[in-house]
Amino acid sequence: MSATGVSEADVTHVADLANLELTPAELPRMVRDLNAILGHIAELNGLNTADVPPMAQVSEALGLAPAAAGESLRPDVIKPSLNRVAVMAEAPETDGRFFKVPKVIER
Amino acid sequence: MPDAALNLETLTLTAARSAVVDGTTSAAALASAHYERIAAVDPQIHSYLALTRNRALAQAERVDAAAKSGDSTKLGALAGVPIGIKDVLAMSGVPTTAGSKILENYHPPYDATCVAKLEAAGAVLLGKLNCDEFAMGSSNENSAYGPVHNPRALDRVPGGSSGGSAAAVAAGLCVASLGTDTGGSIRQPAAFCGVVGILPTYGRVSRYGLIAFASSLDRVGPFARNVMDAATLLEVLAGPDPMDSTSSAQPVPGYTAGLAKPVAGLRIGIPEEYFGEGLNPEIRAAIEKSLDALKAQGCTLHKISLPHTSYAVPTYYVIATAEASANLSRFDGVRFGYRSPESTTLSAMYRKSRDEGFGPEVKRRILLGTYVLSAGYYDAYYRKAQQVRTLLTRDFLTAFAQVDAIVCPVTPTPAFKLGEKTDDPLQMYLEDIYSVAASLAGICGMSVPCGTTAAGLPIGVQVLGPHFGEATMLRVGAAIESANKV
Repeated sequence: MSATGVSEADVTHVADLANLELTPAELPRMVRDLNAILGHIAELNGLNTADVPPMAQVSEALGLAPAAAGESLRPDVIKPSLNRVAVMAEAPETDGRFFKVPKVIER
Repeated sequence: MPDAALNLETLTLTAARSAVVDGTTSAAALASAHYERIAAVDPQIHSYLALTRNRALAQAERVDAAAKSGDSTKLGALAGVPIGIKDVLAMSGVPTTAGSKILENYHPPYDATCVAKLEAAGAVLLGKLNCDEFAMGSSNENSAYGPVHNPRALDRVPGGSSGGSAAAVAAGLCVASLGTDTGGSIRQPAAFCGVVGILPTYGRVSRYGLIAFASSLDRVGPFARNVMDAATLLEVLAGPDPMDSTSSAQPVPGYTAGLAKPVAGLRIGIPEEYFGEGLNPEIRAAIEKSLDALKAQGCTLHKISLPHTSYAVPTYYVIATAEASANLSRFDGVRFGYRSPESTTLSAMYRKSRDEGFGPEVKRRILLGTYVLSAGYYDAYYRKAQQVRTLLTRDFLTAFAQVDAIVCPVTPTPAFKLGEKTDDPLQMYLEDIYSVAASLAGICGMSVPCGTTAAGLPIGVQVLGPHFGEATMLRVGAAIESANKV
């Protein structure tokens, strides 16, 4: 965790990774806010966690049987999916069968 | 017409169901009375984003027909009870925005499991309730559709992110409601608005149909006017769901039947870290009064320590934002939701749609989450936070080896003024100081009204229970509630 914090270039790079396009007006405020929050998060460095296993979800800490811990998988059987007409009705652009997007490859 | 004696501001779920079942009123009249009140009162509160009148009245007719038939087996635990749904939960064909512009015209093609369970139990769903965008916020001021006002003090926030859910119950605009809680989003607005709110154990209630924010933390839970009503709702909602692989098969005890059991002999933990500097003195006094009441009912009080508490907020804002950055990548302008008119190329479509569709707080969290997961920072931030999450969880496991429930504040302050904290996201995040540890640990919790400040603002007390320990937690909550009624 760098003590100098994030720069406008860092935030622009991260926005790029997240497919977010920040306006020039949004950028400085975002840099300010992220630095304030990252400064607070840096307090975690005060803890020695060398021998502590990471926890991704709650059941790992409980040692419960998989089903009781919420890892129950339903039987793998074929069942009807959502109705295509209802799903496609929500699409910004569709031919009724497929989602349509702007051209990807220019020729 | 509904009986004039039915005061919608104080009507309990139990009383509403009885009145429908014994014919004092009808489900249709009760729903209509609520819609009239919404039309009169909600312009000041702004708790509803959409009303589902046709669906509600059709359901009410079914309940009324069952009530007339005299066949009580057809009448569920929520027969005729008007309930509101937080707008992050899918209702088939009903606008479901998550408080975001990016889902402004989205109509899900299916019902969330909790929505289906409520209706199967006879509930009449009145509409969709306002919330912070994608449930990200502690004041409801991040809703793209405007903030909710606290019904107890209109110039103050109702809390967030389930602000509409808490405010609607407090203002008599539904008898009960559903909210969601990722870092305090049920408990904090319940405290700010003076209603009961339950955070069930992680895995206790299905999340199928919940628009995901942070999947290792998100939970669905009820708001109600008293503990018995909230317990009734939890009983309906709890249980495994084949559509949610994180839902638990742990048996669901009879929460309502268990409420009558005396609390005498229960060991109550008081965590010193939750009573430190920064806690409003009026809240401290109200919590201490609740503790005295538990002692008077035969509980034993024990000072305990949850030593990693001060690390909970930074841990939460790493893990929750990391998960959010992944979950919110699905909003891309392809399959549903908003697509920018400037989508000239595929890449422009992603970027413009997301930039125009998401509000500032959502962008802030996506950026933070992407940053902590990005190459070179993963170990320093994300893995570190996961390790501290283990320590925070161990704090609670150790505590619950010694006590049956923990009692502490929900929030450091009562409801703050609209606009007071919007300029400083870190200050807003620190509002979550007493709520996020329980979220990270996956334990259950609730907020129970326990008094008001001299200025008349509600105060909530938080009761925390171990994983799947809702039954005992609810008994403690009911004991605090009964002491406050006297």
